[in-house]
Amino acid sequence: MNMIKRFKVSFSKIFNKLFKKKGACIGIYGPPNAGKTTLSNRILRDWVGSEETMGSVSHIAHETRHAKRRNGLIIETNGHTISLDIVDTPGLATKIDFHDFMEQGMSDSESKKRSKEATEGVIEAVKWLDDLDGVILVMDSTENPYTQVNVTVIGNMEARNLPLLIVANKVDLPDADPGVIKEAFPQHPMVPVSALEGMGMDSFYEALAKQFG
Amino acid sequence: MQGIQLDLISEARISQMASMEKVRYIIDEVRKGKILVLEKGLNPMEEAKLIEMTMSAIQPDVFSGIEMQSYPANAESSLLGKLFKKQNSKRLTVIGPANQLKTLKKDRNLISALVSASK
Repeated sequence: MNMIKRFKVSFSKIFNKLFKKKGACIGIYGPPNAGKTTLSNRILRDWVGSEETMGSVSHIAHETRHAKRRNGLIIETNGHTISLDIVDTPGLATKIDFHDFMEQGMSDSESKKRSKEATEGVIEAVKWLDDLDGVILVMDSTENPYTQVNVTVIGNMEARNLPLLIVANKVDLPDADPGVIKEAFPQHPMVPVSALEGMGMDSFYEALAKQFG
Repeated sequence: MQGIQLDLISEARISQMASMEKVRYIIDEVRKGKILVLEKGLNPMEEAKLIEMTMSAIQPDVFSGIEMQSYPANAESSLLGKLFKKQNSKRLTVIGPANQLKTLKKDRNLISALVSASK
């Protein structure tokens, strides 16, 4: 990012703080099956309190094939109130093979259709990077964190000088090791959670307010 | 003779290209079945563009995407660098067809890859 653009971003941040801009737009990113939609649904359940969800989840990768935006979420934590727009994005990937869907029991035509939709979803997720005020990067804490998707998302946020919060998800699983994620990317805040079980969500909301409030 | 072509691309060569030119060059070469090792990797925006354009190029049974691995950028430690948020420079990057290149292990300073001739 050139210096003029960086000054513009910094000025915009100061301006937004001074005039309490509402509804910073935060994207939820990560590789397929890291738990992005589960986390989005958990946030809605905690702060909207209705049956509203961001999307359906499944063990088959690329269940979310279109970005979904929920505006005006009000989150209160530790005496702070923040308003956010949340965008649940399709899982980022560098490869999509329809044979992988067939191995999950889908028919040939279903698999090809899903593969096509998944590739469109990744394109959409990449395009959203240009329109965000920050990112929640969801990682599976049972997996190696040094994936190209993680490196690319973190690099983009750093280059754009935008805030990032790393969520080490699935800490309820026996193989989970959120410490490895913290060690891999020590320059960014990280919170360990289980979006499925609701573990660590209070710390997550505190970190959310601190990072994006 | 059947084999796999491995192209080691110098920083000088890749830096002569504009961003879109780099991305198109990489996709074209990888679709031919080549494995590319870039002495200096792409910047984060170029990496995102490469992912986006790779998705547009995917075709069932023909091209299923790329395997790409680069190291995380070194965090800027100098005061001036921090003040001016000097662009993190990428380090070596390996890119190849997803059906031929598989990453076995990766950490902050090591990429271990298996290259297979079978398609």
